[in-house]
Amino acid sequence: MEVNDLLSVVDWSRAQFAMTAIYHWLFVPLTLGLGFIIAFMETIYYKTGDEFWKRTTKFWMRLFGINFAIGVATGIILEFEFGTNWSNYSHFVGDIFGAPLAIEGIMAFFMESTFIAIMFFGWNKVSKGFHLAATWLTAIGANLSALWILVANAWMQYPTGTAFNVETARNEMTSFWDVLFSPVAINKFLHTTTSGYVLAAVFVVGVSAWFLIRKRDQKMARYSMVIASTFGLVSALFLAFTGDSSGVDIAKTQPMKLAAMEAHYDGEHAAPLVAFGILKPDEDRSCNDDAFHWKIQIPKMLSVLSFHDPEAFVPGINDLLYGNPQQGILSTQEKIDRGRIAIQELAVYRDAKQRGDTAAMQRVMAKFDAQTAEGRAFLDSYYRYFGYGYLSSPQETVPDVPLVFYSFRVMVGAGVYFIALFAVLLVLLYRRTLDQYRWLLWITLWSIPVAYIASQAGWIVAEVGRQPWVVQDLLPTVAAVSRIDSGSVIVTFCIFVALFTTLLIAEIAIMVRQIKIGPEKN
Amino acid sequence: MDTFVLLQHYWWLIISLLGALLVFLLFVQGGQGLLYTIGQTDEERTMIVNALGRKWEFTFTTLVTFGGAFFASFPLFYSTSFGGAFYVWMAILLVFVIQAVAYEFRRKPSNFLGEKTYNAFLIINGVAGALLLGVAVGTFFTGANFTVDRMNMANIGGNTTISQWTSPWRGLEALADYRNVALGLAVLFLSRVLGLEYFMNAIDDTCIRNRSTRHLTLNAIPFVICFLVFLISILLSTGWTVDPTTGIISTEPYKYWHNLLDMPVILILLIVGVIAVLWGIAIGILKSSKQAIWFSGIGTVLTVLALLLTAGYNNTSYYPSLADMQSSLTIYNSSSSEFTLQAMSIVSILIPFVIAYIWYAWRAMNRKPITRQEIETEDHLY
Ligand code: HDD
Ligand code: HEM
Ligand code: HEM
Repeated sequence: MEVNDLLSVVDWSRAQFAMTAIYHWLFVPLTLGLGFIIAFMETIYYKTGDEFWKRTTKFWMRLFGINFAIGVATGIILEFEFGTNWSNYSHFVGDIFGAPLAIEGIMAFFMESTFIAIMFFGWNKVSKGFHLAATWLTAIGANLSALWILVANAWMQYPTGTAFNVETARNEMTSFWDVLFSPVAINKFLHTTTSGYVLAAVFVVGVSAWFLIRKRDQKMARYSMVIASTFGLVSALFLAFTGDSSGVDIAKTQPMKLAAMEAHYDGEHAAPLVAFGILKPDEDRSCNDDAFHWKIQIPKMLSVLSFHDPEAFVPGINDLLYGNPQQGILSTQEKIDRGRIAIQELAVYRDAKQRGDTAAMQRVMAKFDAQTAEGRAFLDSYYRYFGYGYLSSPQETVPDVPLVFYSFRVMVGAGVYFIALFAVLLVLLYRRTLDQYRWLLWITLWSIPVAYIASQAGWIVAEVGRQPWVVQDLLPTVAAVSRIDSGSVIVTFCIFVALFTTLLIAEIAIMVRQIKIGPEKN
Repeated sequence: MDTFVLLQHYWWLIISLLGALLVFLLFVQGGQGLLYTIGQTDEERTMIVNALGRKWEFTFTTLVTFGGAFFASFPLFYSTSFGGAFYVWMAILLVFVIQAVAYEFRRKPSNFLGEKTYNAFLIINGVAGALLLGVAVGTFFTGANFTVDRMNMANIGGNTTISQWTSPWRGLEALADYRNVALGLAVLFLSRVLGLEYFMNAIDDTCIRNRSTRHLTLNAIPFVICFLVFLISILLSTGWTVDPTTGIISTEPYKYWHNLLDMPVILILLIVGVIAVLWGIAIGILKSSKQAIWFSGIGTVLTVLALLLTAGYNNTSYYPSLADMQSSLTIYNSSSSEFTLQAMSIVSILIPFVIAYIWYAWRAMNRKPITRQEIETEDHLY
């Protein structure tokens, strides 16, 4: 295969993965949050026996079901794409990455799929208590599946609890707990699941606002709104908090992502935060002074947010590319050279093995042995940059700055906006004057797409921001991809785009129709 | 046996068990493929879809878990087969995507594509899903065209891909081996047999029962023929055997036949399984028995389990490479590390609990069979 086609396979595989992930994520967050909202409602029904609550529960449950089916359909593709499109990656880290995926299947997916059947079809077949339990278990199952996949994703952003095995040329797990309880994994789980709760809460208040605008089913709408805005407000506050922790994680583990999020070119102490700004085109940007057409800055804020210290040094893109000896930052070229030395050891091992030279094989293995001082030194100075060895130029380590920069601002802006929205809604609901503010109802309704956009924007920050790494510093996309011709990937990409888009249209049409039909009448 | 080898065998057992359960659960696919054959009116089709609709998630989830567990325990297979036999796996995925939405969407107002399209999705999934999975599993015995070299990771600036496929057909070439096709067809017709037996069990309706009984014969005959063709040809085939101390792979005539003789327990499983499947079919055809699905179902699980164990145990290569014999995958050279297998083994203690609650939920939901009357009164329908 030619080099050109390899690059194009990488790009198409990235596009295909991104596209399927984006579609999957259109449905997942609603499942994560709406599951709990339904469970709250059914709990009230269980406690009061009031048919009103049963009807309300069933209404939202129907929307849950429509969303769930398509969420499942898009998930299965993602799982297998690790093998079909990223086969080297599957081998290189399958030892660690596969485990959460398998556990997800065993623990979470079966729970969801078993109890969801009872939730939908069991109303007249099982007892009220059993049904309620099934509803809760469906919600918990969905959130458990989020846990495991996010642990896997967090590991890619911050590989930990593993060691490289020369013989098998792959990373192997050394501590399950380090993988599961890595700080990045915990934050990622908390931030992402709560983002699902916020999205679902926005969805429920938005749909309820529509009923209030139409003056239909107002009792259901108002009560649903009370539940959802309370749930939403608590979640949104927590979301801002965990988002901040994610930022701190990134500052420590992925400095290039942070620099790209902030379009921060030259590192500085007491770095200001650009609250908003318009970036100049790529070729005109090379340092902090010329990066923006205009900007609004908050002094020292970036240092505060990243390291919780107003005077802290925040490295910029240039420091990371060209190195900054004062701060002890290596240049990317240096990392590339060191990565090649680490990879070279594999070749040495291969040749020694072919010659049957066990002494030479031992010598290589000793370098990767974390138990010895020699091994630790090699691992820390060379293996750590393993993935850089596959890059052809330092520039490849800079992600798409504007995309990451703007996405981050969209997400954070939306987060602040939702806190305000839920708070205002709760106050007006409490005063029973919400109906007088029709403009606010319209705004609430139109907040639904904002939640979806914010949520996607968050993933764009996370995933585009870590380019070119599939596994941070250890495996870039070029070395992770399967050896398929780009034509095949283009074909499957087009088929999936067409299919998912068609199904999405169907889903939205059905959803809108079911909302218009409203809760069933007695 | 040292612990690592034991764990590799344990995980091959789990994978085989999941695979076996998956083939049994393909009764959902079988049933879907017969949607118009057995359901001749709208009402009958609704009954059929709702009988299957309470179970499709299990099949789907088992497939997903089968994939996840394979990834975790034998990652080299995952990267080799999925990245190599690209077209086959993509086709399988595609037919499962369209299934997942079909149930929920087919009768909802404003569903954009119309009920007929979603029914077509169910049928495509029902036929192609079972057939392709069967063909893909056939390659566990008949081999595939790939090479594996982990040290390719050392080729900076060159070809760093570990697993490579040597056929431009990307997996579709498996269709050229009659043994794979025989297994694909056997799985397809078996799924239909199981689907029909499931209808007899879960739907209380004379028309559907009679029609199912009649079609049972029509599907059982091709199933038995295809299955025998596959089984006999495999037992007569040359297999790939690995020397456990050196890891060197060589051919061995009648490998699978020898495996059965070397592992009498598996031979017994296979025989019991086949008899149970046939017994289920017999009581289905002769007495329209509601119990047929249980005999055929358990029989299916035992048979497939025995076959998959034969493919992986006793120093056999479970994924022989036709392009380069030494690249062939065995449970020893393709597994995760001992630590990972151990960690997951602890998690696998949960499996019996999972099976227990699935069983409990299944019983709770199927206590009353589906009837015409229920279809009229139930408010949540597919
Ligand atoms: C409704 C959606 C939503 C909202 C309003 C927010 N987030 Fe978020 N954010 C997500 C939805 C999301 C997400 C989709 O869940 C992401 C993508 C990847 C991840 O871990 O979570 C994410 C990622 C993400 C990341 C990158 C994590 C990484 O790269 O690993 C940071 C730094 C933040 N968020 C910070 C914030 C802050 C400071 C917010 C202020 C309120 C905020 N987010 C609101
Ligand atoms: C890119 C990696 C991902 C893969 C490989 C993946 C895989 C899958 C698969 C195979 C399913 C179908 C399961 C079934 O049979 O029931 C699924 C559904 C689901 N996934 Fe994902 N997923 C990914 C990302 C995510 C993320 C990031 C989350 C949450 C934070 C998530 C949460 C869920 C949930 C809640 C479901 C249930 C169905 C739904 O409503 O969408 N997944 N996923
Ligand atoms: C469901 C929410 C997610 C969304 C919307 C999302 C989005 C994206 C995007 C936009 C890219 C392309 C980046 C680029 O090429 O510039 C990408 C790549 C990728 N993501 Fe995600 N992602 C999600 C979750 C996950 C999870 C949970 C995992 C792993 C468990 C994951 C693994 C990957 C991989 C392997 C790639 C391809 C390699 C790469 O380009 O880095 N993603 N994703």
